[in-house]
Amino acid sequence: MKKSVFLGALTVAGLAAGAAAAGTLDDVKARGKLNCGVTTGLVGFAAPDANGHWEGFDVGVCRAVAAAVLGDPEAVEFVPTTGKTRFTALASGEVDLLARNTTWTFSRDVDLKFEFVGVNYYDGQGFMVPKELGVSSAKELDGATVCIQTGTTTELNLADFFRANNISYEPVPIETNAEAQQQFLAGACDVYTTDASGLAATRATFENPGDYVVLPEIISKEPLGPLVRHGDAEWGDIARWSLNALIAAEELGITSANIEELSKGTNNPEINRILGTEGTLGEMLGLDKDWAKRAILAGGNYGELFEKNIGEATPIGLARGLNAQWTDGGLLYTPPFR
Amino acid sequence: MSDISFVRTEMLPQQEPPASSVGVIGWMRENLFSGWFNSVLSVVSGLFIFYVVGSILGWAWSPTWSATSLNECREIGAALGHEGHGACWGVIRDRWVQLIFGFYPPESYWRPILAFILLAVALAPVLFADKVSGKLIYLTAAYPFIMPFLLWGGTIWGPLAAAAGFAIGYFVYKAVDQAAGSLAAVIAAVVAALIWWLFLAGPVSGGLAGILPIGVEPVDSRNFGGMMLSITIGVVAIACSLPIGIVLALGRQSDLLIVKALCVGFIEFIRGVPLITLLFVASTLLNIFMPPGTNFDIIMRVIIMATLFSSAYMAEVIRGGLAALPKGQYEGADSLGLNYWQSQRLIIMPQALKISIPGIVSTFIGLFKDTTLVSVIGLLDPLGLSNAIRADADWNGVVWELYGFIALMFFVFCFSMSRYSMYLERKLRTDHR
Repeated sequence: MKKSVFLGALTVAGLAAGAAAAGTLDDVKARGKLNCGVTTGLVGFAAPDANGHWEGFDVGVCRAVAAAVLGDPEAVEFVPTTGKTRFTALASGEVDLLARNTTWTFSRDVDLKFEFVGVNYYDGQGFMVPKELGVSSAKELDGATVCIQTGTTTELNLADFFRANNISYEPVPIETNAEAQQQFLAGACDVYTTDASGLAATRATFENPGDYVVLPEIISKEPLGPLVRHGDAEWGDIARWSLNALIAAEELGITSANIEELSKGTNNPEINRILGTEGTLGEMLGLDKDWAKRAILAGGNYGELFEKNIGEATPIGLARGLNAQWTDGGLLYTPPFR
Repeated sequence: MSDISFVRTEMLPQQEPPASSVGVIGWMRENLFSGWFNSVLSVVSGLFIFYVVGSILGWAWSPTWSATSLNECREIGAALGHEGHGACWGVIRDRWVQLIFGFYPPESYWRPILAFILLAVALAPVLFADKVSGKLIYLTAAYPFIMPFLLWGGTIWGPLAAAAGFAIGYFVYKAVDQAAGSLAAVIAAVVAALIWWLFLAGPVSGGLAGILPIGVEPVDSRNFGGMMLSITIGVVAIACSLPIGIVLALGRQSDLLIVKALCVGFIEFIRGVPLITLLFVASTLLNIFMPPGTNFDIIMRVIIMATLFSSAYMAEVIRGGLAALPKGQYEGADSLGLNYWQSQRLIIMPQALKISIPGIVSTFIGLFKDTTLVSVIGLLDPLGLSNAIRADADWNGVVWELYGFIALMFFVFCFSMSRYSMYLERKLRTDHR
């Protein structure tokens, strides 16, 4: 009896505190820094350089939001999270925004009470095998040993794929990508499976990349995107439209090179609305009129971020593929800025 | 009568021992080839060692110190004609500072360096009591306040206010002791110090900082990383776990039911769960229990968990030492008329701790190495950083060089702890074994 009273009191206190802390935007502004959850290190998506300065594709999203809200792309406190700690870090308020190549799934969105604000990379799970295995399709992998990272959606997808095709496999559970590379190179497993972007990055580091092939099957949809907590729609809007601004900027041809010129005013009303020379979009978000301009200036538009961090000129060398603009046959399609 | 003598009258000159039993050959005959079985073993192990050392050296001897990426290392290796078999040391040159200091601001590197030099100085009167001046013990007493100030920075008034709590407790004790006796004085002193720490220290240090802003640039816990993080967690947890462990061990042997039950419960609970579980509690569960917005420093949480964990093990190690003492020691102390604390301090503990030195140091070394577990909760200790470094496109794929460097750093610390414990055992040996 006494215990339940005590627990009840705790719950009430927690709820009251939760309600008091609803305004993430105000918190971030008061703090002067955006707490952004990233991975502890994933090639091309987030990694600290020798001076401790974080760089990468997910990091670019964090910096764009920080620039939109606080006016400074460097005003970000990067909180490295692991696959196990990322959701509690966000739910408990340790981070304001989680940009940690996290797959948007039903249960994460609904059951874990998060809100995905969009997709910054459309990925899918693939397989890599040594060429000498002589396999040309994932359906020929009956009885193979598979290196698989535990605690991720890839583990579940793998089980689904093999069950659906009525073939068997033997999993070799591993914890990190580095471990997987070593195991795979040492021949501890025939197949390495993870997101196709990860496979490309891993293969690029091999001494002889030509000895390994990525099989054509992509067995899952992995829309990776930044997410925020349920219950603060204003903050979710800011994160969503900061990301959309980057994508729309590429579609409309706004780059970090020509943005100063374009922000003097153009004949395209949508560009004017994004850059704040027309309309009051910034005010509606609770920001000023230059918010999107700063977000784009932080690291360039979506295409520039892509090319700089994971594009074909980088060692990872990913093609745009699904991540091209809808006008180029890809899936990137932002709602209009109006 | 002939003078033929059958006994030699003069001594023969001493001769050199045969060449086969002295020098290198003699040593080898005696130690390596003293029988066909030992000879075979020697040859086989010699070949094995030659093979292992040869391949390690062949790998490590790789002039890639100046390379700026893994590909460059491979080009250098290919130019030298040993493809795929050379170490890539460029990553250590590029990142060794990061592996030691993490993300600590470079202009403040002198602070952790100074803190760890002072640590050595502050430890000297404890570790080598017979070799250094006794006055250094004042620095040892002040060090727990100096270290956080140097590492985390901020205003100097915070650590001073924390230290003032002890002074207040002392004066309250003195004042009440004369008026109302010892027990009341202890209680009053603890209450006064707690009131000071909980309610007054914050505003007072804040106010003083407003008037006299003396201090250094504050550094956020998030910027701690690398070896510095391991050492910080390890040193604090080691320093706190020994006294807590002693108290727990004594409590476990106590006749007072509640004290005993609490100590046994604590020890058995902590020893019954893995450290990694406690770390997850520290990193995720506490966040959910505490109201949003409270910022309870993650490193502080980890330090507390590591301390609790090792103090439970420490308590059992010390209990082993206590159990090894003959009953006569306790009875002797009683017959001298010493009270409980006097007999513990003068007779029991010195002997029990001496017996437990190997176990205590093992626990310390284990704790220090366990600090690498914090990488699973996203703190960038050396192992966590090695993952982050590999995430740089330049160094993706470098494994052994990083792990080797980290292993070397840990070996230096753990090996010196181990050597020190052997020195201490020799110094304290009073029996006639």
